[in-house]
Amino acid sequence: MSAHAERAALFLVDQPRSAWHDQAVWYVRQKRDRAARALPEWEELRDQASRVKSHALSRLADYLEEFERNATRMGATVHWASDADEHNRIVYGILRDHGVTRLVKSKSMLTEECHLNPYLFERGIEVVDTDLGERIVQLAKEPPSHIVMPAIHKKKEEIGELFHEKLGTPAGLSDPQKLTEAARAHLREKFLGAEAGLTGVNFAIAETGGFVVCTNEGNADLGASLPPLHIACMGVEKIIPRAKDLGVFLRLLARSATGQSITAYTSHFHGPRRSGELHIVIVDHGRSKLLAREEFRRSLQCIRCGACMNTCPVYRRSGGHSYGVTVPGPIGSVLAPSVDPQKHAGLPFASSLCGSCTDVCPVKIDLHHELLAWRAELAREGLVPRWKRLAAKFARLVLGTTWLYRASGWLVRRVVPRLPRNLVYARANAWGRGRELPEMPRDSFRALWKRRGQP
Amino acid sequence: MEVALFVPCYIDQFYPRVGMATVEVLERHGVRVTFPEDQTCCGQPMANAGCLDDAAKLAEKFLRVFGAHRYVVSPSGSCTSMVRNHYGPLLGARATELTGKVFELCEFLHDVVQAQPKGKFAARVGLHQSCHGLRELRLGTGSERILPARDKVRELLAGIDGLELVPLQRGDECCGFGGAFAIDEESISCRMGRDRIADHERAGAEIITAGDMSCLMHLQGLIRRDKKPMRVMHVAELLAEAEARA
Repeated sequence: MSAHAERAALFLVDQPRSAWHDQAVWYVRQKRDRAARALPEWEELRDQASRVKSHALSRLADYLEEFERNATRMGATVHWASDADEHNRIVYGILRDHGVTRLVKSKSMLTEECHLNPYLFERGIEVVDTDLGERIVQLAKEPPSHIVMPAIHKKKEEIGELFHEKLGTPAGLSDPQKLTEAARAHLREKFLGAEAGLTGVNFAIAETGGFVVCTNEGNADLGASLPPLHIACMGVEKIIPRAKDLGVFLRLLARSATGQSITAYTSHFHGPRRSGELHIVIVDHGRSKLLAREEFRRSLQCIRCGACMNTCPVYRRSGGHSYGVTVPGPIGSVLAPSVDPQKHAGLPFASSLCGSCTDVCPVKIDLHHELLAWRAELAREGLVPRWKRLAAKFARLVLGTTWLYRASGWLVRRVVPRLPRNLVYARANAWGRGRELPEMPRDSFRALWKRRGQP
Repeated sequence: MEVALFVPCYIDQFYPRVGMATVEVLERHGVRVTFPEDQTCCGQPMANAGCLDDAAKLAEKFLRVFGAHRYVVSPSGSCTSMVRNHYGPLLGARATELTGKVFELCEFLHDVVQAQPKGKFAARVGLHQSCHGLRELRLGTGSERILPARDKVRELLAGIDGLELVPLQRGDECCGFGGAFAIDEESISCRMGRDRIADHERAGAEIITAGDMSCLMHLQGLIRRDKKPMRVMHVAELLAEAEARA
């Protein structure tokens, strides 16, 4: 069993909880549907977004350099990191040079992907996540389970308990409004005491050198405006060519993510604030490897809206942690094997290939086809379990030889009904653990066809 | 009009009546049916496991058996999609020899025959949208897409007297079969299936129908294990029975 399948089975042990998770996430998918239906031009927007991203990726190096020139011109310092390690070293270097010991961070899946928090913590820097969901999982010492709603796996009562323990809220408090107020008061202190703020980047505009950060809590704005030092971390794929392309993406992003028409805060940054410093760290970390591969390239169009998670019938029932990566769900299962194919070889198989992700994706990534392409790639690299490869060879022999196929079918239909039930439904029969096998008919279709006589 | 019938391997072996119903429906609408006997499987099980070399051998066989026919019709959206959308990497340029020839049954009846089946079938029926028919063949507009709602299967069933299609809360969620997924991710697969069945049950369906027997094999396995008072019928069986009572 793959690691995902094992963790998914564990998540399903508590059936009411898994059902609650499924419904909570499905609710967000439904909100997305309502928001998308309000725009008759939705499918055209998806086309447009896909074309802009595809174009940007086709000239990625040029656009990145254009962005660097323009950002530098406005007073930002641009850094380049080839992988997570270099990214962490660069961020730490900037903080160390400025004598920073307290950092506030708004939501950034890239820094989660690079495991920046523990890296900085080990070097004596206090890192406080200021997105409410991120703060919850940080206090609980857990990774996020969703890229837009990091604590979607937690019930309000559990958050109440956590806050009681960590923030001193009254025991038994589970009113979301009161809990949010408590978090707000706690975070306000952290904002005021911070010496630097780190944000992610939703869109980086080559033409202007500016970038955009979308949040619902305004925490990125506080983090970037109160302390004198702002560090923004972005993957290379965040580039869009022109400012006017933004309209397409901003209309798609919040609607796809949460069903809002736009995020509460859409903040544009053009250079450092007065008497402050702005550092932009541009990270590759496996992305250029995907860019080089025609069949996986489109996955870099992702704008991290999370809609593919919300629609995924597997994600909703297995929970984000079952994927064992920062970005879970369909897009995560496409991205992860490029970083470590051996470790994440099970993820492209954690999908029924229903294709809902592909159709919900605002930038038209053919997610389920990329998952299928990964399976072939993993098989080529010898990373598909041996029994599966042997089964495929066996199936090729039987199904490839008509008389052998007919004889095997005949044998199965005759023998299986005569076997004792506990043998047919032995542990090795994974199908039979939760389901009955089909009833075995006496005759195959081809036998019936022959008997019927050609018309 | 003459068609070569492609009966997916598991239907041939385990659901022969679905194959026969397909023949009945096609013939009732004036289509002559042949069954090339050297056919076996489209190769999807191996392709979905990533084993393209093994799948390629079956794609070759499929091309050999069906390449010369004008129309190939199959009572499976998933196997039809395999041939139509996924033979490229297996056959290269020769995959185009099958372009425009291979149809799923409902699609063929709707688009080519332009059939409007008439008949009687008094039952409350839940229509399960098999994913590959819906999202790979576009037999209907999936709930994700913001486009005018169309549904070829529903249109075919519209002329059947007494047949009531019950409204589902999640009209096109996957049943969790997914081929090897049903084994690889057995727990999730069964959960997805049970959730689908519960949706149909709440809507008062006596019968679940679908264009793919593989979804129904999975759902039937769960229904029988849980001893639910429901049954499954391939849409071809439903049409054949309804039209016989016209």
